[in-house]
Amino acid sequence: MSGINDFAFKIGTVNGSGSASANGLLMQAIFRMGIPVTGKNVFPSNIQGLPTWYEIRVNGEGWTARPSALDLVVALNPATYAQDVAAVRPGGYLLYDSSWPLDPTLVREGVTILGVPFGAMCIEAFQGDRERTLMRNIVYAGTLAALLKIDMEVVAGMLDEKFARKKRLLDANHQAIRMGYDFARTHFDCPLPFHLEKLDKTGGHVLMDGNTACALGAVYAGATVGAWYPITPSTSLMEAFTAFCREFRVDQATGEHRYAILQAEDELSAAGMVIGAGWAGARAFTNTSGPGISLMQEFIGLAYYTEIPSVFFDIQRCGPSTGMPTRTQQGDLLMLAYASHGDTRHPLLFPANPAECFEMSVLAFDIAERFQTPVFLASDLDIGMNDWMMPRLAWDDNWRPDRGKVLDAEALDALPKFSRYLDTDGDGIAARTLPGVGAKGAYFVRGSGHDKHAAYTEDADAYREVVDRLKRKIDGAADAVPRPVIDRQDGATIGLVTIGGCDAAVREAVSVLRGRGMAVSLMRVRGFPFHADVAAFLAEHEQLLVIEQNRDAQLRSLLAIELGLARDRMTPVLDYGGLPLTAAFVIEAASRVAVEVAA
Amino acid sequence: MSSIAKPLVTHPGARTNALGLKLRDYEGSMSTLCAGCGHDSVTAALIQAAWELAIPPEMAAKMSGIGCSAKTTAYFMKQSHGFNSVHGRMPSVTTGAAAANRSLVCIGVSGDGDSLSIGLGQLCHAIRRNVNMLYVIDNNGVYGLTKGQFSASADVGSKSKKGEANLQGPIDPVLLGLTLGATFVARSFSGDKQQLVPILKAGILHRGLALIDVISPCVTFNDHEGSTKSYAYTRTHEREAVATDFVPLRHEIVVAPSEARLFEVPMHDGSVVRLRPTDAGYDPTDRATAYAHVRACQGRGEVATGLLYVDEASSQEMCDGLTLPAAPLHDTPFELLCPGSQALDALMERYR
Repeated sequence: MSGINDFAFKIGTVNGSGSASANGLLMQAIFRMGIPVTGKNVFPSNIQGLPTWYEIRVNGEGWTARPSALDLVVALNPATYAQDVAAVRPGGYLLYDSSWPLDPTLVREGVTILGVPFGAMCIEAFQGDRERTLMRNIVYAGTLAALLKIDMEVVAGMLDEKFARKKRLLDANHQAIRMGYDFARTHFDCPLPFHLEKLDKTGGHVLMDGNTACALGAVYAGATVGAWYPITPSTSLMEAFTAFCREFRVDQATGEHRYAILQAEDELSAAGMVIGAGWAGARAFTNTSGPGISLMQEFIGLAYYTEIPSVFFDIQRCGPSTGMPTRTQQGDLLMLAYASHGDTRHPLLFPANPAECFEMSVLAFDIAERFQTPVFLASDLDIGMNDWMMPRLAWDDNWRPDRGKVLDAEALDALPKFSRYLDTDGDGIAARTLPGVGAKGAYFVRGSGHDKHAAYTEDADAYREVVDRLKRKIDGAADAVPRPVIDRQDGATIGLVTIGGCDAAVREAVSVLRGRGMAVSLMRVRGFPFHADVAAFLAEHEQLLVIEQNRDAQLRSLLAIELGLARDRMTPVLDYGGLPLTAAFVIEAASRVAVEVAA
Repeated sequence: MSSIAKPLVTHPGARTNALGLKLRDYEGSMSTLCAGCGHDSVTAALIQAAWELAIPPEMAAKMSGIGCSAKTTAYFMKQSHGFNSVHGRMPSVTTGAAAANRSLVCIGVSGDGDSLSIGLGQLCHAIRRNVNMLYVIDNNGVYGLTKGQFSASADVGSKSKKGEANLQGPIDPVLLGLTLGATFVARSFSGDKQQLVPILKAGILHRGLALIDVISPCVTFNDHEGSTKSYAYTRTHEREAVATDFVPLRHEIVVAPSEARLFEVPMHDGSVVRLRPTDAGYDPTDRATAYAHVRACQGRGEVATGLLYVDEASSQEMCDGLTLPAAPLHDTPFELLCPGSQALDALMERYR
């Protein structure tokens, strides 16, 4: 049901044509009008010339999951006309470039067609292919401003900010936006039935993507070494980290860099660099996606067994294999939990939005050093690469990093002898030493069988003593990783369980279901190993639905493996085509289950 | 040889180095390699070199991958940290460690299996980055630990123990290093300690990656007739292209009577490496000459040895390129790493 401050539209263009700028402008303008807004980029795995869409949803109540119905589609790519017009809801609108004759594909009963000669206007007003192509995007932005009642003063202000030092571009942009706006005002009944009215819901908020937030967290956590290999959708994380380091980590007096960014020749090398740096005492990380983690598995096992702190950001995308690099999924859960051969198990953190990306990024470094082990933050493409509305980040200046048990020269001197893998206080965590600090602390790191003195061993008991301690050590991480977020409804027998990027859609679905009189509780898992609260929630509900974005119900499998719960106690709700989850999908699945329960 | 126990008592007259440490202090555990293994001689040379240079034991980082060569890091400098990582991946671990703490003296020991097959990529990129480390390849032409398969350095026509001939062309780490821009490229022989020790010392001091290919025969799997990496073959086909002397800080430089041109390479600590080519025309500071010479030797079945190429003056090691401070990154006070609450607040304005 669309209306004031409650509608969704998408723009279909060709990638590499400069539409990202215009789309960002629209979204930011709406945000500055005080109205909650989301923008989702649906782009191809390609540099230039293939279809790309930008979906914007406006919702005064703050529901930001991907919409399932579109009120308006801007169809600027003839190659996708058919699917673009099919995506408009009955009674909706389609905007097209009327410089060329109307393509019959665009005609559909119940859909109002609006034509604006974007191309022709740009050919007349601007010079050169490049400028005309770029400005066309700004012209449609102007048209949308008129149709949706975007505040032109806000838009003008933003253009002034952005092009403050580029007068020629500033003038061109102002001209273009005016053109699109004026044409619409002259030729159409503006605004459309669904449009914007100023609100005050974005105060104290900003727009940021998850990858930038993760990078910022790494900076604030004191990470100094970043090693990486570019891969969609994680690349922007290291790019953001690099930019922040240039700003905050360069010594003003000497020009020295308090950071090292190593672009490795492949992911295996990146993982090796992170581990070497972690061994030598630096907080180090790498950012990658599923295929990269696959490559890194051998090193992950080494870090696990030799107990070296390391942080891995997996910005998940569709697998398997190369998969769909520009589509989202939460499909690496099983791989991350048990990465590498043999008996391994790793702490995982699952943010659902950029605010959690920042907070959990910081936490990941503490957990890695405290537990001396590889730690994984599992984000996804939707969280990582799209801009989300997020409360302004704040920092406690009293916060200090937890570097874990590291013996300095003084502490070493006090010991009669140092042995690397002794569990002196029962928490499974042994004290480590750093190379370069005291010969007494020297020991051999080896991935081969070792005893508690770090000596090579082939002895059954000595081997078991170490691996059993590792198990206890990681079990202890259940209380250190983020606890689940639980929203309990009294008397509910149905419990929804979800993770990561599904969050916004599931919460919206829960709100709708409760509005219809259905009693449901909700738990979002945020960490692994599972906190005791997870098992408790599962035990409390007769009917469990596990909602996730992968084919094989990996979260459900993890819950079954770890908690001993039978798989058929949990009904999977799986959406794994690669696009962000919608509330409608969840509502439909949950309603079906409710009907079955009632029957 | 694990059958021989090390003496418990050190001779009272044993010499000490500038740190007051004895040669024994730079030894490690008893080797478990086969009796007569070339790698044990390389280890002995490393011990000698490290002792003479007075490397502080806690500053050394002994890095290795997997293989017989990789085991040797346990057999020297027992007071130093060691990292026996995974097959072929020692360079990346060393790169990360060097970035985190540039004052570590990284000593990497690898083999022809570890570095020329699975590790070929990482070796090449470590050279490109010019990671500040000693990179020793114990080269015996076979996979020893897995019992005798040909390695990538095996010459065409050389025969395995079972009589099978190798058909694939060899990868020569020296030619590889020269091609990729390595600033220190040498080859030696485990059986020639006199040649090897000065080269190791120069390599440790070198600012950048010092690549040293050491022919180190495998007595068990590749020391037979038909092998081009046996003791016998190497002794008869070795051709030293340039002799290396190491003149440490305190010693006066004595110029030998005139022979072929003498090249003097000052090291960053003030010591000097002196190179005397065997052939008058050989120039160890000219990459093309070195390359041509090694190729020519290869054509004749000869093994060119010596510090074949060095560029000390303009070699920029990785950490200089990263503009890292002299102190280890891990030592940086947190206050200098964390921008703080005010900066975060100001930053938020950019995302409105």
